[in-house]
Amino acid sequence: MSKIIKREQYSPVTYMWELEAPEIAKAAMPGHFVIIRHGKGGERIPLTIADFDRTRGTITLVIQAVGKTTMELMDLEQGEDLDDLVGPLGSGRHIEARRKVVCVAGGLGVAPVYPQLRAYKEAGARTISIVGFRSKNLMFWLDRFESQSDELLITTDDGSHGTKGFVTTALKQVLEREQDIDEVLAIGPAVMMKACAEMTRPREIHTVVSLNPIMVDGTGMCGGCRVTVGGKMVFACVDGPEFDGHAVDFDELLLRAKRFEREEQESLERLKQEKPHVCRIGL
Amino acid sequence: MESTTENKKPKRTIKTIAKTKTPIPEQKPEVRVTNFSEVSLGYTEDQALAEAARCIHCKKPTCIAGCPVEINIPAFIKAVEERRYREAYEIIKQDNILPAICGRVCPQESQCELTCVVGHKLESVGIGRLERFVGDMALKEGWAEVKEEIKPSGHKAAMIGSGPASITCAVDLARAGVDVTIFEALHTAGGVLKYGIPEFRLPKALIDRELRMLQKLDVKVVTNAIIGRLYTIPQMMQEMGFETVFIAVGAGYPNFMNIPGEGYNGIFSANEYLTRVNLMAGYEHPTNDTPVGMGKNVAVIGSGNTAMDACRVSLRMGAENVYCVYRRTRKESPARAEELEHAIEEGVQFHWLTAPISIIGDDNGWVKAMECIRMELGEPDSSGRRRPIPKEGTEFLFEVDTVVYAIGTSANPIIAQTTPGLEVNKWGYIKVDEETQMTSLPGVFAGGDIVTGGATVILAMGAGRVASRAMLKHMGIAPPPRPPRPELGRVSKKLKK
Repeated sequence: MSKIIKREQYSPVTYMWELEAPEIAKAAMPGHFVIIRHGKGGERIPLTIADFDRTRGTITLVIQAVGKTTMELMDLEQGEDLDDLVGPLGSGRHIEARRKVVCVAGGLGVAPVYPQLRAYKEAGARTISIVGFRSKNLMFWLDRFESQSDELLITTDDGSHGTKGFVTTALKQVLEREQDIDEVLAIGPAVMMKACAEMTRPREIHTVVSLNPIMVDGTGMCGGCRVTVGGKMVFACVDGPEFDGHAVDFDELLLRAKRFEREEQESLERLKQEKPHVCRIGL
Repeated sequence: MESTTENKKPKRTIKTIAKTKTPIPEQKPEVRVTNFSEVSLGYTEDQALAEAARCIHCKKPTCIAGCPVEINIPAFIKAVEERRYREAYEIIKQDNILPAICGRVCPQESQCELTCVVGHKLESVGIGRLERFVGDMALKEGWAEVKEEIKPSGHKAAMIGSGPASITCAVDLARAGVDVTIFEALHTAGGVLKYGIPEFRLPKALIDRELRMLQKLDVKVVTNAIIGRLYTIPQMMQEMGFETVFIAVGAGYPNFMNIPGEGYNGIFSANEYLTRVNLMAGYEHPTNDTPVGMGKNVAVIGSGNTAMDACRVSLRMGAENVYCVYRRTRKESPARAEELEHAIEEGVQFHWLTAPISIIGDDNGWVKAMECIRMELGEPDSSGRRRPIPKEGTEFLFEVDTVVYAIGTSANPIIAQTTPGLEVNKWGYIKVDEETQMTSLPGVFAGGDIVTGGATVILAMGAGRVASRAMLKHMGIAPPPRPPRPELGRVSKKLKK
């Protein structure tokens, strides 16, 4: 069990939990993830650790209500207990000193990028951050990014804030302008990560992406999260979820993300009938 | 009166007992494929008494040596025969704390029932069925719930994983007064018993009841704790005060075949498939949140117990056709005889001497067919089984929408990667001293599938038992005395093989 000591709603579909988890906070590194599970018959949901505070003994998760479970979890209030929290999972990243890095975060990807951005900064890198949202009302953590970035570029799909366009629009400009980038970190929807990796490929800039395939246990047992990297099958939960973006087979990843589309839709329909209030969020 | 009749009874010998095992009631195949309830219903009291009366109480029994945890089999059967059921349970419990589980899932035909003297001439005594009868009665009567008197020794040990190896080791240590903590990575205890073995072979509620025994011994179970990530083994020993650690995390890292098309949707490892159905109760989707996502025509690759489970789960999940595809023949199949028979009865279609060579997908990335090739058996390989060789020109297409890989597991690398100095073999399994189960690191022991590769529940329990004795010794604790047992007969070398 883990107590939700702080809860904030970032947008109609995005919410933040700060969870009491001193042991996980102690062991966490940038790139680690956790699995949460709640209630009778609840499924296991993997989420990247968005922040950890060893002194407070907490970890932070940012969750987007996209399916039945994440919508239902939105009902949990500050002070309530989450039934199951396991982690840290994944191999985590020891971030080494870099001169200059670009951190690209798309939508919810802002959360998992943050601890890595901070680690880059702490390791002495000059950090350029590109943050993209669909629209202004979905934005969060710009202040946190501001504090760790030497330069922060914001894009929105509809132009309601910052540059109109995608993160790739901004990345293109940065790549044209900067000739000495050591590393690019790109986390967000798979299509976005693929596009970023394609942009850096001609220049051979090392590009790290964080994959979020479907998984059950998160410990290497199910093999559901297998992805092809450099022509080899690997398990994202144990070998990743961070990989070399130039080696990832994104097309396969995109197809595999649709494994349970039909079942997920059925569950959502059911939820709408059972608990109409949860679904009034205009998805 | 009773005693006079008994005195007159002719001496029981192999010639006077029933020639075959007392049949065990089962759900009919056509009924059971529509539900997840237990297939085998267990003996009634009369049936158990009839079967117990088939044990001829050999002077030098050989059944005990066939049991990896050496249950005093003749003694418990005698107690059953004399309707001293509670005593029968106490006798089993000395060596095996999970009789209701082992009575269901042990491969008795290759263990105690193989070495049973009666079995040389007739059908062996139904030891497993009797064990289950006693185990079930103990659960029903609450005998397992009795708190045992334990004198704390002041020593502390940790188990990694909460499957059968750890449970056995934990109980042995706890009885010797060790303060034991079990760390489990999943959200519920039981390991492979929970995620691997389907409800219709081993009901989950039964596992939980059997595991209550751990509480009675003050064994602490910490779920959601993944060792190697949350804590490392050096940390557990240096900072957390554990003098000994027992690694029993199972093998559970699924193998694929590395053939084209394995990324398509509709392809599962048996681990994933069974975990979705068993642990996450996916057969109750959408009432439960975890979907299974299977189709109507299922191919299961492999022919071990896990393959049988996957086949039989598929039938119950509503598959129209379930094909079991195996590159050798039924004779080489590693599944328990009973599991194979059950699968055949239920309508699983077997394709012996067949191997997949590629998987073909549709435009949307879903499996639509599997290309296979027929095999023939050549000379025996290193496993002693005849090596399957592809027969060129026999390639054919199987139209399936779901493929389940049940071709074994490898070692999960997390512990080895995070434990400096822990030696593993070339497959990643942990190296141990066979006498003690101790690893290359003093105080760190290992057992079960992470040492042997995928094996059985009872072998894991046997490893837990061996490790517990060595761990006690390592901590300087004298093991509790074992109750007296009969002189053991020698098992012929042929059978031992």
